[in-house]
Amino acid sequence: MLSASYFAQQLINGIVLGSMYSLLALGMTVVYGILRLINFAHGAFVMLGAFFIYFLTSLWNVPFPLALVALAIFGGVMGVFYDTVGFRKLRGRGELPLLITSLGIYIFLENLAKMIFSPQSYAFSAPDYFYDRISLGNVSIANIDVFTIASSIIIVVAFSLFLRKTKVGIAMRATAEDLEAARMMGINIDKVILTAFIIGTAIAALTGFMWGAKYSSIQYNIGFMIGVKAFVAVVIGGLGSVAGSMLGGYILGIAEILTVGLLPPGYAPYRDGIVFTLLVIILLTRPSGLLGQKEEVRI
Amino acid sequence: MKKDMTKGILTIVLFFIILWIAQQNLNKYVMFIIDLIGVYMLIVLSLNLTNGYTGLFNLGHAGFMAVGAYTSVLLTFPAAARKFAALPYLPPWLGGPNYQWPFLPALLMGGILAALLAIPVGLPALRLRGHYFAVMTLGFMIIMETIAINARGLTRGALGINAIPTYTNVFWTYGWILIFLYIDIMLMRSSYGRAMLAIREDEIAAQAMSINLTKYKMVPFVLSAFFQGIAGGLFAHLTTNISPYDFSFDLTFATIIMLIIGGSGTMTGAILGTSILTALSFALKPVEEGLRLYGLIELIYSALLIIVMIKWPLGISGGNEWTLDYIARKLRLKRKDTYTT
Repeated sequence: MLSASYFAQQLINGIVLGSMYSLLALGMTVVYGILRLINFAHGAFVMLGAFFIYFLTSLWNVPFPLALVALAIFGGVMGVFYDTVGFRKLRGRGELPLLITSLGIYIFLENLAKMIFSPQSYAFSAPDYFYDRISLGNVSIANIDVFTIASSIIIVVAFSLFLRKTKVGIAMRATAEDLEAARMMGINIDKVILTAFIIGTAIAALTGFMWGAKYSSIQYNIGFMIGVKAFVAVVIGGLGSVAGSMLGGYILGIAEILTVGLLPPGYAPYRDGIVFTLLVIILLTRPSGLLGQKEEVRI
Repeated sequence: MKKDMTKGILTIVLFFIILWIAQQNLNKYVMFIIDLIGVYMLIVLSLNLTNGYTGLFNLGHAGFMAVGAYTSVLLTFPAAARKFAALPYLPPWLGGPNYQWPFLPALLMGGILAALLAIPVGLPALRLRGHYFAVMTLGFMIIMETIAINARGLTRGALGINAIPTYTNVFWTYGWILIFLYIDIMLMRSSYGRAMLAIREDEIAAQAMSINLTKYKMVPFVLSAFFQGIAGGLFAHLTTNISPYDFSFDLTFATIIMLIIGGSGTMTGAILGTSILTALSFALKPVEEGLRLYGLIELIYSALLIIVMIKWPLGISGGNEWTLDYIARKLRLKRKDTYTT
């Protein structure tokens, strides 16, 4: 049963899941780097993004590429809303109030979705050509998987270039390094934070499409576990590190799929437990993650 | 001091007489709500020990509740009904297959097991600071939930256990709250309590004052786990059916919201927050069902939470204990203000 092709197939599934985690981890790590906020609400934007594109393509027959652009814009607008409603007024109040507020916003969005879309699950489908499979010897890979992996790599590379080459990107890194010093250098902190939120939620909304297309069903409550697991990926990779979030996402995705795929079937329901055991181990042995820098305690 | 004590005892006696009258006269549904408020109050009050006083943002309390609930249910389930309910018989060292534990020892056993579990959970988790602790305890809650779903032999998995004997009534719940409040007040008056508050205000300064962080964090953590275990048992014997999803996100966040809106760091705040929000949720239930707007209650809870976090970070109580003296003083001050202006 454990043939090489089965293993390779599972590995591909793991990489696809890992790509989605690393996209989400990217958005979370940028915000964390600046605000020290564990953004629990990140998963809610995945769910909202999935519903948004579901309604655009399935109900109103908007052409797919246009819908994808609209989805990214929708995500960006949600980011503006998220920052102005929640976090602009909480600047400088420590990390726990931020965490609690993001939890509150998550619960708010989830229940809003529950009220609007009803608790049932929706059958999500991407355009047909996403489900054609390319065969590579013994294994085959669907176009949607190629799309997910490729777009995650493109987005992460583009984002690192953005951080290095553009003025806003450099300001973002400076703010993450030292918020007060950056402010004194004339950087508009609010603008930087807003940009970070916009980028993060836009990526999360796009991930919503990939998630829906991969698992073909969306529901109002998918967001929480996605968000928390993306945070686990952030911790594994190292908080505040872009390369780390990518690495953490892949490690988590592959570990999750392989535990389900390789362990005897009875263990599959434990997958969430396994993810969190991984988190506990990392937090205890290497709290700064694989690629992160040690966080000093500020007095 | 002595005067205070007689006053306190009189208040307690009066309170229980009112409860007794209520139990004689009110219908079952209202009594259920009052009971449930009591159970939630015990959870929120014990949560206040860690989240409020010590500044440890614990999100794992539902896990401890699950331990208490399942322990108590497995010990007290009627022996005759076990075969039908597909639950295991008690092993000989717990009394044998025909034995059914009385409520109080089973409840205590649940609390003790939860407290014992809190030690290995706390030892690593309490070394983490701030929000890392929050995430790790959240992870503990999710691990406990997956165990409860998958350990089918003990918990019947996702099906849950039904037809649990009803033991909980107002005297059980509010009696336990009384015990808790006594311990809580004594603890906060002792040097332990001062050390806990010092840790909340500034961990490093507290450490510099030679406060042993692990020890003084462990005491409230284990103590609150014990009472959360008890509350779990009370909850199970009140609602008479439990499933792993009862001890999950919804309960975790509902109780956290009650504590924060009431005002974390004060007992009266915890009591106020629990009573108001639980009553509100039962008041809104007909609206939610009538309009078919499922999720309305949580929506209002979370909106309140966000508003409180932004506008009044100290919650309703505002960081003060609303004792009778405090209320009287406040009223007097207000009156004075009106005279002067």
